[in-house]
Amino acid sequence: MYDGQWREWKPYVSPWDPCPPIRVKWYVVPPNQYIPFQPMNLPQFPLDEALRRGTLWPALYSPYPSRRAVKGG
Amino acid sequence: MWIYEKKLQYPVRVSKCDPRMARFLIEQYGGADGELSAALRYLNQRYTIPDKVVGLLNDIGTEEFAHLEMIATMVYKLTKDATPEMLEAAGLGPHFVNHDNALFYENAAGNPWTATYIQAKGDPIADLYEDIAAEEKARATYQWLIDMTDDVDIQDSLKFLREREIVHSLRFREAVEILKADREQKKVY
Amino acid sequence: MAERNDSTGNASAEASSQPAGQPERSQPGDAAYVAELEQLQKVDFALVELTLYLDTHPTDMQAIQQFNQLAQRRAQIAHAFEMKYGPLMQFGHSFTRYPWQWAQAPWPWQV
Repeated sequence: MYDGQWREWKPYVSPWDPCPPIRVKWYVVPPNQYIPFQPMNLPQFPLDEALRRGTLWPALYSPYPSRRAVKGG
Repeated sequence: MWIYEKKLQYPVRVSKCDPRMARFLIEQYGGADGELSAALRYLNQRYTIPDKVVGLLNDIGTEEFAHLEMIATMVYKLTKDATPEMLEAAGLGPHFVNHDNALFYENAAGNPWTATYIQAKGDPIADLYEDIAAEEKARATYQWLIDMTDDVDIQDSLKFLREREIVHSLRFREAVEILKADREQKKVY
Repeated sequence: MAERNDSTGNASAEASSQPAGQPERSQPGDAAYVAELEQLQKVDFALVELTLYLDTHPTDMQAIQQFNQLAQRRAQIAHAFEMKYGPLMQFGHSFTRYPWQWAQAPWPWQV
């Protein structure tokens, strides 16, 4: 489910936490965070793929899988 | 002026009758980091931002209205044929009492849209950082909305909108770089 | 995601209630309309992306050439679409048949 755009961290778990602990939490860091200023002539998606993905440039594309889908809805 | 175009920016399809999801989606219609806030924020800031980046605020602000229409389409389709009983079961009873099946600029908790959601400081760096933050917050909201539905067609439209936030955020950060670079050029010559 | 492309065929049969003189036209809102509109949405989306990009990269000659080529292509696609399904824009940016077509359903959120 998680690709190279995801980071993990481990929250402190107290023995007094009321709910079963989630030991690893995830967050996404989209690729725009590593592009201070888009260089010219980046490779492009074909137009139909660009529309579907929401950007013309693969370097800016960030997938997001639904957590609902993973749980099986 | 603006000219309306009789088409959506992206094909929106809704495959599941789910008024509950409409209630969540309304966050991006009339919420703090929603599309109405975004459009009005940028189109208002553009009057006083340096000329070099007016075009960008103008065009992103305009695109936000296309996104507002996509969200409205999803909400409209999800509630179009819902009975009062269905709306009540989805937690939309209070909405129905006030608005029937009409859309309203409110957030997921039913708070009406307010201009306090947006800011215009007149300082270009402050305004652009607000815009960058707004894009990242909207991206996060789309993530949690994608997590709230198993309708793959709604997920598809929301993923498109989430990706647009990422592109807009980059463009606003480029605008900051453009404004920063102006001074260096003056020094050189 | 995959479902978007299979909306093409099966449209011709139900296109019967058209105004006289247009016997085999598909209608706004049917599957052929959706598929043809998507061809326009694809090109227009690239133009949106390039517009925002050029707002911050005004001297990228290649992007400007691509923009102008796509703008030309979008004009052709939009014209063909309007001939079939009616005006996409108004206030004089699109022509109209008789009777006034603009205000006819379906609107984009209804399709």
